[in-house]
Amino acid sequence: MAQMNLLHAINNALDLAMKDNERVLCFGEDVGHFGGVFRSTSGLQDKYGKERCFNTPLTEQGIIGFANGLAAQGAVPIAEIQFADYIFPAFDQIVNETAKFRYRSGNEFNVGSLVIRTPYGGGIAGGLYHSQSPEAYFTGTPGIKVVVPRNPYQAKGLLTACINDDNPVVFFEPKRLYRASVGEVPEESYEIELGKAEVVSEGSDVTLLGWGAQMEIIEQAAEMAKEQGISCEIIDLRTLLPWDVDTVAQSVTKTGRLIISHEAPITGGFSGEISATISDVCFLHLESPIARVCGLDTPYPLMQEKEYIADKYKIFEAIKASVNY
Amino acid sequence: MNRPDSKTGNAIHQASFIAGDALNIPTLAVLSADGSVIEGAQMPEIDETLARRIYDTMVYTRVLDERMVASQRQGRISFYMTCKGEEASIVGSAAALSENDMIMAQYREHAALRYRGFSTENFMNQMFSNGKDLGKGRQMPIHYGCNALNYMTISSPLATQIPQASGFAYGQKMQGVDALTICYFGEGAASEGDFHAGLNMAAVLKAPTIFYCRNNGYAISTGTEDQYAGDGIAPRGVGYGIETIRVDGNDLLAVLLATQTAREFALKHNKPVLIEAMSYRLGAHSTSDDPSGYRSKEEEALWEKIDGVLRFKTWFINQGWWTEEDDNALYEKYRTEILSELKIAEKVAPPTLDELVTDVYSDVPKHLSEQLTDLKAHIAKYPDVYPSGAKGESH
Repeated sequence: MAQMNLLHAINNALDLAMKDNERVLCFGEDVGHFGGVFRSTSGLQDKYGKERCFNTPLTEQGIIGFANGLAAQGAVPIAEIQFADYIFPAFDQIVNETAKFRYRSGNEFNVGSLVIRTPYGGGIAGGLYHSQSPEAYFTGTPGIKVVVPRNPYQAKGLLTACINDDNPVVFFEPKRLYRASVGEVPEESYEIELGKAEVVSEGSDVTLLGWGAQMEIIEQAAEMAKEQGISCEIIDLRTLLPWDVDTVAQSVTKTGRLIISHEAPITGGFSGEISATISDVCFLHLESPIARVCGLDTPYPLMQEKEYIADKYKIFEAIKASVNY
Repeated sequence: MNRPDSKTGNAIHQASFIAGDALNIPTLAVLSADGSVIEGAQMPEIDETLARRIYDTMVYTRVLDERMVASQRQGRISFYMTCKGEEASIVGSAAALSENDMIMAQYREHAALRYRGFSTENFMNQMFSNGKDLGKGRQMPIHYGCNALNYMTISSPLATQIPQASGFAYGQKMQGVDALTICYFGEGAASEGDFHAGLNMAAVLKAPTIFYCRNNGYAISTGTEDQYAGDGIAPRGVGYGIETIRVDGNDLLAVLLATQTAREFALKHNKPVLIEAMSYRLGAHSTSDDPSGYRSKEEEALWEKIDGVLRFKTWFINQGWWTEEDDNALYEKYRTEILSELKIAEKVAPPTLDELVTDVYSDVPKHLSEQLTDLKAHIAKYPDVYPSGAKGESH
């Protein structure tokens, strides 16, 4: 075990993958010698050469198109989109190409080896274009997997699983936690199973569900609730597509209450999908309406970020409302 | 980046522009309009065996197109697109490649797939979306793909294959295989962002890719005058630092020469090449299109006169390798073969309902198998509403 922050954990996962398989390539804007604007590919070019870890021209659609071709050829491309806010020029390549490559060809071809890494989320005073959480644009796209880690241990294990998985994955990295989140991480390679949620802590009164950086906020809110004698069960969804209905349903069957929290705007957010499914599966066990604590339906603000975000106080209020319903 | 300022050695001191059409890119021509070889023209590498395979493929494609348009009109298939007018351009380029080279086409290049050996049975199974279609009946007619023949499955969105070709070629280079990727697209698709992204990526990252632009005059109804200003697509290659050549797309020998030369260069230097083949889409955009709404019969007639199949045929006969009798027999052979395979394919059962949910992922995930189970239970209640249990029945 070693102490790593989330960036180190990601860098370490990439390093081991490149060491293990010479067909693994890391590329994107500023990814080469500089090691990425957040430094997650730091040192990889020195270690594995310019042909395996390299800068690309500034073109997100080009990066993902190129990555699709590489994956179809049999390489293992790990493409970085510098900020999730800038993934949209590549949206066509991801939605119409990556996601449909295997299906449309009758499995003659696939891009299953592809991983798209991209930093997402707010809390860094980044305003409209360095703060977004666009995961729900991708969860409506059969053919890709969507994964979000919450800490260094999870990041390394999940990213390794994404690289080894035979399906294309969009891997959203909580950039607010890149340096802020530190923890024990095994130095050797390991995987955390995709498609499995994790019960982070058990409780009996209400289930709190989230993913990525929001898990930290949810845990803080659960602490506040605990002081009021409310026992929260906390679940990290980890994989949003395909998502683990069973683990969430089992928990809600036990607690009778569910609160979902994410940074993205509430309308069209992935919490809506979870709410619909859980109210279907757990209808007779629900003691209160499923609640959602999310971002407002505005572009991500700058000066009102504190007011905008789904912070622990908003979640705490939702917990009380749910329990007292 | 060392620069303060390396460009100043080439400074000017009067404001003067470089004209947008200053490159005045020439067009490679070998065969004249009457099918004779232009004096002094460089010849491609071609012998009788290659010439036969090329001509055979062009005739096959023409017969296939004719037969399938008729089938669409009869309601037997839903949709079709012909290669008509561009056979020389497609077959001439495909014939310059190695069988290991990946072909990433747009959709009008089935002649290249045929050149690789795609059987009539395979063509028919795809167009009838039946259970034997390699693509499992998932895409509209003409969206072929075949791993064994290194022909990437067609995708309807335009130009998406261009940056993919750059990536595929980079992968080939990294693996050290003696193969490259050719990427076909139209002059209309060259307006998409993916064109610019793909060419720039290949140039900067040194990917052995042949970008083959089929400038056929039209993107559905939009003529080139509404598609671009300036001198076509070729100057854009130069702009990206890519070796570029323009060729008469109706001149098979010129296309073959250009592509053979491009292939050699791309593999030797690990660099991309851009070929702009000037041709004409003699057919409609698709069976859903009617060109009489946007172009004249007179214009079409002008191009029919310099048709690439005809020009090559004349040369082929002049070589003493072909006769009119051979020609008639070949057309007849393929008319018969295609009709007979068509009749078989239209009776082949559609894909099973289970194929609805396979290949979304490498394995069928739990939620999808649950959805399939629910769907089957529903279908069982209304068997008459869903008679084939999957995609539409065969007519």
